[in-house]
Amino acid sequence: MSARTQRHDVVVVGAGHNGLVAACYLARAGLDVLVVERNDYIGGAAVSRQLYQDFTYSNCSYVCSLLRPEIMRTLELPRYGLQIIPYDGGCTMMRGGGHFALYDNHDALRREIARHSKRDAEAYHRFSRDIIRQCKFIKPLLLREPPDPTSFRPRDLMELLYLGQRLHRVGEERMYDTIRFWTMSAADFLDEYFESEIVKAHFSGSSIIGTALGPRSPGSAYVLLHHYMGDIDETVGAWGFARGGMGAITAALTSSLRASGGDVRVSAPVAEVLVRGGRARGVVLESGEEIEARTVISNLDVKRTFLKTVAPEHLPDDFLSAVRRFKIRGSSGKLNIALDGLPTFPSIPAGAPCLRGDLHITDTIAMMERAYDDWKDGRWSATPYVDMLMPSQIDPTMAPDGKHYMSVFVQYCPYELADGPWTDAKRQAFGANVIDSIAAHSPDFKSLIRHAEIRTPWDIENEVGLTEGNIFQGELTMDQLLFNRPVPGYAQYRTPLRGLYLSGSSTHPGGGVMGAPGANAARRVLADLRRSV
Amino acid sequence: MTSPYPSPPHFRRPLLDTPFAPRTRELQQVDHFVAWAGYSTVDVYSTVEQEYFAVRNAATLYDLTPMVKYRVSGADAERYLNRLVTRDVRKLRVGRVSYVVWCNDHGHIIDDGTVFRLAAQDFRVCTAERQLDWFLDSAIGFDVVIEEVTEQVAALAVQGPTSAYILRRFGLEGLERLKPFELAEFSVGGRPLMASRTGFTGDLGYELWMRPEHALGVWDELMAAGRTRGLRPIGSQALNMVRIEAGFLLPNVDFVSAEHTVRVDRERTPLELGLAWLVDFDKPHFTGRRALLRQQAAGLRRLLVGLDVAGNKPAHNALLYAEEAGRREVGSVTSAMWSPTCKRNIALAIVDAPFHATGTTVWADIYLNRELVWERRMAASRVVERPFFAPERRRATPPADR
Amino acid sequence: MAVARARFDAIVVGGGHNGLVCATLLARGGRRVLLLEAAAEIGGAARTREFAPGFRVSGAAHFLHQLPAALAGELGLDRHGLELAAAALPTTALDAAGAPLELGDLATLRSISPADADAWPGVIARFGRFARLLYHVLDAPPPRLGSGATADALALARLGLRLRLLGRRDMREFLRIIGMNAYDLVTDEFATPLLRGALAFDAVLGTNFGPRAPGTVLTFLYRLALQSAAGPAQLALPRGGMGAVAAALGRAAAAAGVSIRTAAPVARLRVGNDRVDGVVLESGEELDAGVVVSGVDPRRTFLSLLGAEHLDTGFVRRVDHFRCRGVAAKLHLALDRAPAFRGLGARAAAGRLLVAPTPDYVERAFNASKYGEWSPAPALEVSVPTLHDPSLAPAGCHVLSAIVQYAPYVAERGWATQRGPFLDAVLGVLEAHAPGLRGSVRAAELLVPEDLEREFGSGGGHWHHGDLAFDQFYLVRPVPGATQHATPMAGLYLCGAGAHPGGGVAGLAGRNAARRVLAEAAA
Repeated sequence: MSARTQRHDVVVVGAGHNGLVAACYLARAGLDVLVVERNDYIGGAAVSRQLYQDFTYSNCSYVCSLLRPEIMRTLELPRYGLQIIPYDGGCTMMRGGGHFALYDNHDALRREIARHSKRDAEAYHRFSRDIIRQCKFIKPLLLREPPDPTSFRPRDLMELLYLGQRLHRVGEERMYDTIRFWTMSAADFLDEYFESEIVKAHFSGSSIIGTALGPRSPGSAYVLLHHYMGDIDETVGAWGFARGGMGAITAALTSSLRASGGDVRVSAPVAEVLVRGGRARGVVLESGEEIEARTVISNLDVKRTFLKTVAPEHLPDDFLSAVRRFKIRGSSGKLNIALDGLPTFPSIPAGAPCLRGDLHITDTIAMMERAYDDWKDGRWSATPYVDMLMPSQIDPTMAPDGKHYMSVFVQYCPYELADGPWTDAKRQAFGANVIDSIAAHSPDFKSLIRHAEIRTPWDIENEVGLTEGNIFQGELTMDQLLFNRPVPGYAQYRTPLRGLYLSGSSTHPGGGVMGAPGANAARRVLADLRRSV
Repeated sequence: MTSPYPSPPHFRRPLLDTPFAPRTRELQQVDHFVAWAGYSTVDVYSTVEQEYFAVRNAATLYDLTPMVKYRVSGADAERYLNRLVTRDVRKLRVGRVSYVVWCNDHGHIIDDGTVFRLAAQDFRVCTAERQLDWFLDSAIGFDVVIEEVTEQVAALAVQGPTSAYILRRFGLEGLERLKPFELAEFSVGGRPLMASRTGFTGDLGYELWMRPEHALGVWDELMAAGRTRGLRPIGSQALNMVRIEAGFLLPNVDFVSAEHTVRVDRERTPLELGLAWLVDFDKPHFTGRRALLRQQAAGLRRLLVGLDVAGNKPAHNALLYAEEAGRREVGSVTSAMWSPTCKRNIALAIVDAPFHATGTTVWADIYLNRELVWERRMAASRVVERPFFAPERRRATPPADR
Repeated sequence: MAVARARFDAIVVGGGHNGLVCATLLARGGRRVLLLEAAAEIGGAARTREFAPGFRVSGAAHFLHQLPAALAGELGLDRHGLELAAAALPTTALDAAGAPLELGDLATLRSISPADADAWPGVIARFGRFARLLYHVLDAPPPRLGSGATADALALARLGLRLRLLGRRDMREFLRIIGMNAYDLVTDEFATPLLRGALAFDAVLGTNFGPRAPGTVLTFLYRLALQSAAGPAQLALPRGGMGAVAAALGRAAAAAGVSIRTAAPVARLRVGNDRVDGVVLESGEELDAGVVVSGVDPRRTFLSLLGAEHLDTGFVRRVDHFRCRGVAAKLHLALDRAPAFRGLGARAAAGRLLVAPTPDYVERAFNASKYGEWSPAPALEVSVPTLHDPSLAPAGCHVLSAIVQYAPYVAERGWATQRGPFLDAVLGVLEAHAPGLRGSVRAAELLVPEDLEREFGSGGGHWHHGDLAFDQFYLVRPVPGATQHATPMAGLYLCGAGAHPGGGVAGLAGRNAARRVLAEAAA
């Protein structure tokens, strides 16, 4: 045995949150697990980076809601330092100086909505009821393996039966509502509740974040739900900050993993998956070092895994062409900004708590739709939809006292521009357009900026490794959900290459810092290992 | 420059004050407030017992302003309401009030309320919760105007055996001619005021409807008029006691609005709530009619009934069983209390068929906290007719002075 | 002497093709049927109109390509005088900058992209298999979910079995693509822009979507499904325009014993004892019926003809949200000579022509309509029917008919001022492909959705009486509560394009409704 060869039960490629979740579960089951990470820091897209002085940037993902409570509990993440702090409210600012805010207190919220439409204030109950109904339907499916509808295996048939029963239990009318909800556009869905443009625009924001869909695209209502199905301490749809930034989640996962005997190696880029005798036997690092393992789990997205990390001769052509057709589209940019102080937003009344939540700039669904049209034509949106937060108002660890960190998520920004590749000048122009959009609502904003990191989808791909910089490792459309995710016939975390599994957001139930794909993948690996013993 | 927000703004103080707040806040002694339909209202002024007995013995003031009020008018107002509610609004004469419920397509109850017919095509609808979303969707295809007027109308309930006497002394001449569920317009000291012989106490009582700017004057003069006849303000807790005795249902306590339910099978139909007498199948179509007919034909799987519970411990939140051993669950209590007037331990409960038949005995699983030690009692509970308390004086016209 | 008022077993409201099919099948099922049409002649949107003196044209759809051969045979339409002026017409994608491409012309395609030419037969065959599966869905009243009824369970089981019978590979592919958007699908399958553009446009013809909208593979397969059932004649031109189809349907109906009354607009449906028991005409005349089957769009059926007062609020709320605003316009040109499309041979020129050079072109055309604007560069489906059927125009003259997308139902700046500039834009696009065309125009008519609404009575001017999208399809078309062609109101059924399966001159909605009504009575 060669001295430079290590052997493990499992090697996980990529120390993003899902890879770490999978590793934690497997280590807890007694396996010897090693996670290898290309970057010199752990976390993938759930990181806290100190890129400027004493400021901490959650420079990829920036808020937390979807992380499944079952996972936090089983992996004892609070014990390893994870604290999730919910935030109160949020706000959409309009160009005319108006605003629409969300408040936790339902009477305050009713009066706020009523400022725009009395009727909408009441329809909001029906809206949140229907969202909660859909959440209740989908939530138990998150931590389950989707069935293969073409299979006759008892397990798949039972799972199909389970799905059918779940659907059946809600009764005829709600079944139809579920069918409609899953296939509707967010704009049409919201039209069934609200009349005020700003109210509709505010709620449709969730339907486009991270997706190459517009609010009028059928299927975008589901994306909206995807952002609502998280909860914090049983409050459905609540969002919060991880204390210490999103890296706190992956840091806690790493501690949990190490406590169970697993480990993470950073600066260990994988060149390819080691294949011998028709099955995955480990990985080869770019350094040439081989790490052997009985099981390899790739936390990379499906395209990066199979088009860049596994030699094509080990894979069926059909599968490869299906992987090529999988849609992972860069549609979002990100700015991380260090601020000298709290910027003022004149349209938000003094003392309103919504400033501590997520702030958006848009007027109408049409404005967001036009932003999408720009993206379709290979341009960044002239009037982008932004989702900005200043977590340092709540989390004292993010910035020096009195200073603030602002995370600005920008929809839409293409991976490929119509006028040729991204350049530094274009990146700056993209960033400047976003900063101008914000400054139009905050006169002192520009003067408070001390540092800004501007990230295009191209940058995110190159640094984090997400294909096209897509935050969900694949579009959340019907052709790529449930048993279709990532490839029909391979939705159960296995791949055509024996011994190789997927654990990233390319798999069911998809993206967001949820951890469910990682947990599901670990369960599949354990079941397979048990069977082969 | 004036601020676009009332002071203080909603994000600092979400609840509104009613026009009576300067008095109610001054008179309350124990800082027990409760949010009701977006308003801050007094839950208890001094002691629940004293307030309760004032309803049954003398007279009380209850700030009814948060009751959500709608004005429904237009050429189709009657047709519209008749399609909305389960009773026949055509039979409601001008100057009368009707207790109504409305349902969704499945016959599941959305809310209850009262309809005041002010003119041929001019109605006021009072509801416990806001209904604009449903009312406006119900208006598709009707020539009708629906406005919420909650903030334009202040309301006071004056209830109790001496209420008629006090109101006459206050200046409502001819009030004694009002029969139950009738309304009339008055003017007192130049203040227009509408009085209706309605209430939520099951006792003699009236409700007064006035402009908000007249609220304090009316309050003061009423209090002065009633001083020698035991008039005192009461909070929501005392009201809740008397309404259970009267067998009235409270939304979100005895049923959940079908517009708010998330889980399957939490909705209730008026038939299941024992409100079949409010459902008129002989009138033109109303929302839920076909579903209710189907339910009527199929028979009720459960029914809201009154219970007479053994012992004196209120059966709050108790599950009901078919037998003392507590094996088969047959329902649950929605409201419960010891009735000081009836000297009975009473409850409202949803009970499965066939156990909801009058006279049936079911067993209430009661948890008692006795000096921080929890104890469990199985109490025999007999299904009885509602209401538990219905004195003659509530209907007598003219009413007695005391 | 007083004559007892005639009582019909069924009254069909609306003499469009679905109403005619439904009435005929009901009559053949032994019912006494009366069909009422508001206009002076039957046909609804399947009508031939004179839009300029001596010039006639199919008013809405201008090709016959979706009428299932089996249904046409069952009704005996050829026996009843339906003649085709041309059949099996080619479809050609036009390119203002280059050579046109006839779909299915593999030799030409191979010269552009050998890979596409290799892929084409396999892809088309696969789509064909999917289309045939979908056709089974379209060809029967949809089941209800959760009804507990055996028939519904069987229908769902049959659908599941049909899916399985596709085989694992096809089944997976079907379940993957059925929810997709056409843009991605055609981009994945083919490289040639013209081919992509043509297929993407086929996917969105008559819909309120651009090809990037998920769900447009469904509309694409829907079109293929009906086409595949239409049989060998496929894309055809009825002699005398679409009105000839209506006329043949009318004769078939009459032969089956249907009484047809035209110029008999229905004012309202009459309700007695909580069921529809007849209709009241605008003349005031009342007609009794066992059941009424409405071919009118759902919105007008429920809210105008029946009235919200007979329905529950939640149902009315759903009807109110039924999306039925059309975005397709119709152009009719009276030409004093045949248009000369660049690069087209005589056979292609007389066929179906598409101006949809790329999927992006179609998507951009759609963009405008989202904001209440008309497409500055619209996508077109063009027909010059007079090349096969000279009877439609004075000697030597020609008619050009085009479906134009996209034109919003409500124009931001009002159609009163926008019709002219829009017509100019459309003519500009045509001129680019057929130089000199402008100079040959004697008369032009551009029907935008509000005109189509007025002309054919479909609310919103939607060709399908309502968007064809997953949330308004099959189990939930038009809205929950009114699926399966039945409605919450006893005695009232739907047979128009707003009901399952949807639009197209296919007659399936009418046939499904008839089946449903007959089954109901038998039960």
